[in-house]
Amino acid sequence: MRYSGFKVLWEGLTGNRGWKPVWREPEPKESYDIVIVGGGGHGLATAYYLAKQFGMTNIAVVEKGWIGSGNVGRNTTIIRSNYMLPGNEPFYEFSMKLWENLEQDFNYNAMVSQRGIINLFHSDPQRDAFARRGNAMRMAGADAVLLDRAGIEKHCPFLDFDNARFPIKGGLWQPRGGTVRHDAVAWGYARGADARGVDIIQNCEVTGFVMENGECKGVETSRGTIRAGKTAVCVAGSSGRVMEKAGMRLPIESHVLQAFVSEGLKPVIPGVITFGAGHFYVSQSDKGGLVFGGDIDGYNTYAQRGNLPVVEDVCEGGMAIMPMIGRARLLRMWGGVVDMSMDGSPFIDKTHIDGLYFNGGWCYGGFKATPASGYCYAHLLARDEPHPTATELRLDRFLTGNIIDEKGVGAQPNLH
Amino acid sequence: MIINHPLLGPRDASEFVYLGDASLIDRPDWQHENSQQEFHNYLYLRDNPAGEHRELWFHEQGDRSWLVVTRNTLTHEISKVELARDVAKERGRDK
Repeated sequence: MRYSGFKVLWEGLTGNRGWKPVWREPEPKESYDIVIVGGGGHGLATAYYLAKQFGMTNIAVVEKGWIGSGNVGRNTTIIRSNYMLPGNEPFYEFSMKLWENLEQDFNYNAMVSQRGIINLFHSDPQRDAFARRGNAMRMAGADAVLLDRAGIEKHCPFLDFDNARFPIKGGLWQPRGGTVRHDAVAWGYARGADARGVDIIQNCEVTGFVMENGECKGVETSRGTIRAGKTAVCVAGSSGRVMEKAGMRLPIESHVLQAFVSEGLKPVIPGVITFGAGHFYVSQSDKGGLVFGGDIDGYNTYAQRGNLPVVEDVCEGGMAIMPMIGRARLLRMWGGVVDMSMDGSPFIDKTHIDGLYFNGGWCYGGFKATPASGYCYAHLLARDEPHPTATELRLDRFLTGNIIDEKGVGAQPNLH
Repeated sequence: MIINHPLLGPRDASEFVYLGDASLIDRPDWQHENSQQEFHNYLYLRDNPAGEHRELWFHEQGDRSWLVVTRNTLTHEISKVELARDVAKERGRDK
């Protein structure tokens, strides 16, 4: 079924009786060409692009719970490509270009809203650093505008410009940044993959890998053994737990990132705003809630909840740039488990075990990467060579010295 | 979280700075023939268990001692707190 404005109108006039389930609920087959472990945004995007771009449809996506029940349903929905390093920026810009055409591509309303993202700076040296990052972005084909104080005042007159400790001197603006309806991304990719013949198998937990002569030949699951030519793990947040079953140790720690939503308010925040002197970012959802977050809690955890010191820290960050936020009541807050890698950058790579592939280490920034992550992983799985924008996202980069450390803080995952 | 400091009693976790897995105590021998691989594994690879985890915390806003905290990463429950100095000595380090 193709969705369109006409279809919505027709169904509205005829009692909405024509809508059908968006994907099938198939039983797992005995074997597939590729089994993707993890039915989150990245796993479903991988299946979608394998089917659409690379013509492979004998594929299963196995998911422990229901699709989209992990971090694609828990993030703060921001998309941007404001990175600096050559190993990262072309990849994230590729992702941004896929976002811009996503809804037409998979015929699903993902509410991609490019209202812009502004990273505030508060000192002269920080302005220089942001100017450098903006230049790096533009060299990779992205958009970046350095705004002075007057430029920020035009966009966001409500900010506390003359804060005694962190006065706002300007900001780096990426007009093409914005937000996306996160659940719809998972559903849209699932629908597109399913329509092309991919089996999406929910409530199917992977309990182990089928290893024969040192090669991975599929997965053991709670619904039986599923054999596969290639097994593609894509379970960021649970990477440690899953890859342990293949005997692998990863350059990853699992941490919790909290997110917050205020009560619904009238439109007040034009795009995404981030604080440059602490860690705080905020946008406003279409329902009116202020969606905001900050630092990870900073200790290893698999619990999908955090602690109060970070709540206080995030709210202090909000008050520092936007005192009006103190008038809004916090409606709800939650935590998601993220793969914090040793240099703050992700992995899309083959493992040393033949037939086993790994995608993970997305830190707290996996959502924006969803389309490119899926596309590049599909490219790797279909052709056994990395996509040109993902050649540096290797598992062995710490051994070879090719780390991609945007912040330059070294092997300390809770600082990235 | 409350960390029951062996010398100071129960202290709020926000007084501490987190480093990571307690295996960071076991620094490899730099003169070993395979030391490059060993240092890579030591510095970059983690067990990252879901369950009991031994980890290093530094009491920065307190007495500046290093602690080895045994904590469950699924529940945040802390079952044991030791001075890192004692753990290191047990493992054969001289300090």
